[in-house]
Amino acid sequence: MNIGLLETGSGYWNAIIWVLVTIIVGIGVLWLRNKGEGSYKKDTNQTKPFLSGNPEVSKEDSHVGASHIYWGFTEALKNYYEPLIKLHTGDINDYSGWIVLVMAIIFIIVGVS
Amino acid sequence: MSSILMHAPALVIALPLLTAFVTPVIGRFNRKTISWFVSFILGLTLLLIIFIANQVLTNGALIYVFGGTEAGLTLPSGYTVPIRIIFHIDGMGIFMGLITAVVSFLAAIYSISFMEQHSGLEKYYTLLLLLATGMFGMELTGDIFNFFVFLEIASIASVALISFRSTLAGEPAEAGFKYMVVSSISALMVLFAIGLFYGQYDVLNMATIASVMQFTQLDKIALVLLVSVLAMKAGSVPMHMWTPDAYSEAPAAITMVLVAASQASLYALFRTTFSLYNVTLNTVTVGWIIIILGILSMFIGVTMAIIQKDIKRLMAYHAISQTGYMLLGVGVGLAVLANPVALENFGIKAMEGGIFHIMNHAMYKGLLFLTAGALFYRTGTRDLNKMGGLANNMMYTTIFFIIGAAAIAGIPPFNGFASKLIIYESVYQFNPLLSIIAMLVSILTLASFVKVFHSAFLGPKLEQYKSVQEVPKSMVVAMATLACIIVFFGLFPDLIVKHIVHPAVMALINQTHYTATILGGI
Repeated sequence: MNIGLLETGSGYWNAIIWVLVTIIVGIGVLWLRNKGEGSYKKDTNQTKPFLSGNPEVSKEDSHVGASHIYWGFTEALKNYYEPLIKLHTGDINDYSGWIVLVMAIIFIIVGVS
Repeated sequence: MSSILMHAPALVIALPLLTAFVTPVIGRFNRKTISWFVSFILGLTLLLIIFIANQVLTNGALIYVFGGTEAGLTLPSGYTVPIRIIFHIDGMGIFMGLITAVVSFLAAIYSISFMEQHSGLEKYYTLLLLLATGMFGMELTGDIFNFFVFLEIASIASVALISFRSTLAGEPAEAGFKYMVVSSISALMVLFAIGLFYGQYDVLNMATIASVMQFTQLDKIALVLLVSVLAMKAGSVPMHMWTPDAYSEAPAAITMVLVAASQASLYALFRTTFSLYNVTLNTVTVGWIIIILGILSMFIGVTMAIIQKDIKRLMAYHAISQTGYMLLGVGVGLAVLANPVALENFGIKAMEGGIFHIMNHAMYKGLLFLTAGALFYRTGTRDLNKMGGLANNMMYTTIFFIIGAAAIAGIPPFNGFASKLIIYESVYQFNPLLSIIAMLVSILTLASFVKVFHSAFLGPKLEQYKSVQEVPKSMVVAMATLACIIVFFGLFPDLIVKHIVHPAVMALINQTHYTATILGGI
């Protein structure tokens, strides 16, 4: 089956086969799911989360905003992010400075090579 | 008809250029027809580009001489170098032309509804057409001074388009000013490099310069100037800082075209290193410079993206990160250019990955910026903290976003996966660490877009967005077209690589063929 067969340098990739396999696996998953608990009823107490007896927070209030996502990731990498953010000054003089600096470095490398 | 099509390369420039000046006149009589008229013209331009692509990919590089019938015509005095402006359209040039044509056409379609309520539409469309003209010229010309002229046309039009929504607290104007400064610096350096070539070799035709290239000290200076400023215009770290400013403030459709414009600069960088200099330069050194710029762009771009709250700034940092993949793939090809065994074993594949990624990136990043525009169109904000639950009301936009996000994160079966896989596997044979970094960046890209998806689309309907509806049809059509291209390229990457990408790569590598196409007639 050569349709969609891409040579990648060390091997081959065929998206069509991947899609077919995904569909077959998906059908298998759905079949397994249907074999599950039969007494499940939608929109009853069964579907409500149990929060140690505490009332459920409204869905509107429980939405996590973008600023809170990956807080732990950025906090753990604070030492990486602090200097990196400082470099992004928004000042056009600095933008021009970076161009000059990179140009100078490449000048030296190409000049001595 | 065939006599008109003979002049297709000139028409690709003339059609949008002349329409740019006709548009304000039409606007005086009927404002509403401008958007449809411009879309029609850019559609025609796309057809012309497809026609040229068919010719180039079937018969080889196409030469179009302005003011003459063939490249070999010289002055009566016996001066035997190409003296006229020549369009030299090879596999690489037409590859870029196709991207520009598709993106400009879809930008016009998207703008029909997106810009409907704005004033100054005739100026907007005039500038869009001029930007397209500049990009086509940069990609098709074989004359280095002509390249400079088109670079300037594209830059000036971009500045005005970035600043177009100047009512928004002056931020678009500031972004436009910053882009103007960096563009002026780059234009000045490009002009200086052209002066160095002309001073030494008395020619401006790129193939002719390549054929007599001595790699003198002056050539080294010209190389450094061109590499650094073209990398900057492509948005490479650490010269990338203008990118989030410009991309986030421009109207969404224009941001999509700006991505393609940055890629036109990337194309010029590759054209310089491969077609102008090729093995006369120290390919290992310059190849590694490009690889390091690529790795820095990939990693710093994606890590800066993760912490953004403005959806378009986040996507702009991802554009920087994705440019890194292209630099990495093509940089590896350059590093092994003088080593025929390595070039054959993995260099050509690495370049195919990098070049294929240019086209893929233009499609999925274009789509992502359009979805960001759709969100802004309906919510009036770019702040992810203020969004939520929009999947309930904007089903099509949500689906298009998922396709774009999956493609950029390199999830199969979308197009981003195909080009990234080629890059991973071929670059691994050059240096495994580079490949591992590229994979890590992909994981972080996925994480970043999961954040956007969760923040903007998931969750319950927010009170303020309860009445939000799907965007108008023209915007949906533009996004749907890009989504279809992404899926098609993802399912049949072999067709694209074999028929479009591989000829582009070979056109870059084979400098002898590049010069012979022009000089063969002299």
